[in-house]
Amino acid sequence: MIIGNVPAEFIVQVDRERCRRCKRCVLNCSFGALSFADGVVADHRKCVACHRCVAFCPESAITVVANPIAYKENAHWTPEVRGAIWKQATTGGMLLTGMGNDRPYLSYFDHLVLDACQVTNPSIDPLREPMELTTYLGRKPNSLDLSYGMDGEVRLATELAPQVKLETPIIFAPMSYGSISLNAHKALARAAKEAGILMSTGEGGLHKDLYPYSDRIVVQVASGRFGVNQEYLEHSAAIEIKIGQGAKPGIGGHLPGEKVNQEVSETRMIPVGTDALSPAPHHDIYSIEDLSQLIYALKEAIRYTRPVSVKIAAVHNVAAIASGIARAGADMIYIDGFRGGSGATPMIVRNHVGIPIEVAIASVDDRLRQEGIRNSVSLIAAGGMRHSGDVVKAIALGADAVAIGTAALVALGCRVCQKCHTGNCAWGIATQRPELVRRLDPEEGAQNLVNLIRAWSLEIKEVLGSLGVNAIESLRGSRERLRGVGLDERSLRVLGVKPAGA
Amino acid sequence: MEKFYIPSGCAISGIISRQGRKMSGEVIVKSIAAMHDRSNGLGGGFAAYGIYPQYADHYAFHVIFDSKQAREETDAFLRENFQVDESQPIPVRHTPAIEDPPLLWRYFLRVDPRVLEVNGQQVDEHDYVVSRVTLINDRIPGAYVASSGKNMGAFKGVGYPEDLGYFYRLEEYEGYLWTAHGRFPTNTPGWWGGAHPFTLLEWSVVHNGEISSYGINKRYLEMFGYRCTLQTDTEVVAYLFDLLERRHHLPVEIACMALSAPFWKDVERMEPAKRELATAVRQVYGSGMLNGPFSLIIGSARRMVGFNDRIKLRPMVCATKDDLVIMASEECAIWEVCTPDKVWAPRAGEPVIAELEAGVVA
Repeated sequence: MIIGNVPAEFIVQVDRERCRRCKRCVLNCSFGALSFADGVVADHRKCVACHRCVAFCPESAITVVANPIAYKENAHWTPEVRGAIWKQATTGGMLLTGMGNDRPYLSYFDHLVLDACQVTNPSIDPLREPMELTTYLGRKPNSLDLSYGMDGEVRLATELAPQVKLETPIIFAPMSYGSISLNAHKALARAAKEAGILMSTGEGGLHKDLYPYSDRIVVQVASGRFGVNQEYLEHSAAIEIKIGQGAKPGIGGHLPGEKVNQEVSETRMIPVGTDALSPAPHHDIYSIEDLSQLIYALKEAIRYTRPVSVKIAAVHNVAAIASGIARAGADMIYIDGFRGGSGATPMIVRNHVGIPIEVAIASVDDRLRQEGIRNSVSLIAAGGMRHSGDVVKAIALGADAVAIGTAALVALGCRVCQKCHTGNCAWGIATQRPELVRRLDPEEGAQNLVNLIRAWSLEIKEVLGSLGVNAIESLRGSRERLRGVGLDERSLRVLGVKPAGA
Repeated sequence: MEKFYIPSGCAISGIISRQGRKMSGEVIVKSIAAMHDRSNGLGGGFAAYGIYPQYADHYAFHVIFDSKQAREETDAFLRENFQVDESQPIPVRHTPAIEDPPLLWRYFLRVDPRVLEVNGQQVDEHDYVVSRVTLINDRIPGAYVASSGKNMGAFKGVGYPEDLGYFYRLEEYEGYLWTAHGRFPTNTPGWWGGAHPFTLLEWSVVHNGEISSYGINKRYLEMFGYRCTLQTDTEVVAYLFDLLERRHHLPVEIACMALSAPFWKDVERMEPAKRELATAVRQVYGSGMLNGPFSLIIGSARRMVGFNDRIKLRPMVCATKDDLVIMASEECAIWEVCTPDKVWAPRAGEPVIAELEAGVVA
């Protein structure tokens, strides 16, 4: 008790006059912060600001505020820093957290602005003219061979590698069943099917309830190989080898045994109650030639009917790594920037490892073009895409499509409280507790997701129209339509973008 | 000199005799002059095919020099890399309408087959010529190759097109295919190299409009070794045709399909084999697709192709008269030179292809 009581992060204020003591807040609080004793009583220390009570109080009687308690001001020794030391001094453990990097690093997205038409080139009204977002993911050749029929008809002679069609260049990021609930998975799968995009199993296998959506599902093969068998590979639109994740580059994963219930156990093919450990590396991949073997082993397994993707975290040397992956036979490369989310990650890794997706995608796209192999892979950019503006900028920098994880969860109610790793998600998303999972209705969730994709797609069309183009291909990699505001010359060079005014 | 990317509106016109009959340059000057108001005197030019029959096997280089030094440097470079069989100033007639013209020179060149063998490897002759053109434009300050094809040439500069026609004495040339351009840039370039047509080998492009997809078209071409040195959107069209037709061997209809792709909704309605082809073309050449408002006329040794952007945001009218096919921004430019048999406005994205008749020797 040397350290004593550490101040609560938040204070839960219940308006006694408005409260009619229905106890709904108490029932809804999954973190045990609220109880009832002749009125709602709050244990402020347990509050994570997930807003479940706030959202469900019929009288709007609850407010959660930051604890105003003063710390002696210090720009270097912030309250968070001190709090972390106290926690570690008392437990001796690594600090765990959920979701993506929340530190105030520079956002390149917020320093990039888009062009628009004026006078000499007319902007196009997306309400009057077709505006095309259709995107095909997969390996393309550099040129096509044609044959000429007796009738003089030109026919395609090249047999293209398998392609996955997207109605809009946005897909759902991989989030495993285990880290998130089955209802969340169902919502994502239904939405992917309806919106004509993709969801991804993450590394936790594919629950049989999702089989009807399999033509819209990317199945992951990660270092733990959870749930991987022939049947799993066949129930897919594409297969993805997961090497790394933006929230925890270079390290493995850990799903605690408490989350491994009967269903998770069956899906992951591990015993109930055992910890699901994903090793840091794949134990059969120690270099690029091993990756190539796995890529082709998977392609053989599915008789070359689907593209194979490789997912990596954006790290310093990402351009050279991506080039190697393209040459190793991958059809898609998924690059996860350092803002990418996670169900559980060591805080030290999440907050300090990896690079932003903006520079990663720019340098990978550049490198693949310099080597003349850009056509041979599709690039997926991910890691902290907040709105369609980020999507448009990522595509202009060179991505074929973007993946959204956190944004999709926010559409399902997530408040980004960063407590996914506790398994207590009050919104039924990052939890396996049946009474919490029940809170997420897959159908309503799917509708929210479809709405979000539709809304962003409309916005992307609006932006394309203002740029005077009517196809997403004309924006992809077109950095001429971006300008940097307040970025230094080196950064601009890496991004391949001119400063505003030039 | 500093080169800028300049958006512009314009007039274009083109005429081909499908029987290969030669026409004096007067015809095309009349046609483009009819659209005087679509230009503002800041650029114009012509491409002419069949004008150098006595040098039909030679690459005819029209080169613009800002200085004597640039000419000397280029001269030395050309003599090092080619067999120079003729080198002469391009004959001009001075007129007050054309101010301060640069040095204009033409060379008739052949490629020594021995230079095409590098370390036992055979280099394609066209690739060789393209790379030399790129080197001159890129490396020799103040030198710019206006055209480099066989039996053809580009005549361009700063001024109204009809004044440039007078300046270049175009009535003295005889060609079976002519294209013309009158420029209305929204900025002052004052640079002769920046005028249209843009050319590469036998390809010439005149363009009305702005290519809003320039950023990605340029990066796409760079992947295949092209260098876009002019900072203008039109040059990408010349390079794209070179890539698609010459290097990737696509027939012209398919090249046009790649550059002005049918909408997906229309692709879906095609019969299966055609749909498969159109889908693959879009998937593979999406980054080369031209977007934004444009009408284009592309000339080459045997063919003139006109086409518009996918929603026809710039005007183009076509006409036939006997064996003549004429294309222009405005119908007046057609009636100015003939009484057409048929006049029509091509649909958005639909190429109009006018070829020399089979057996006609260009």
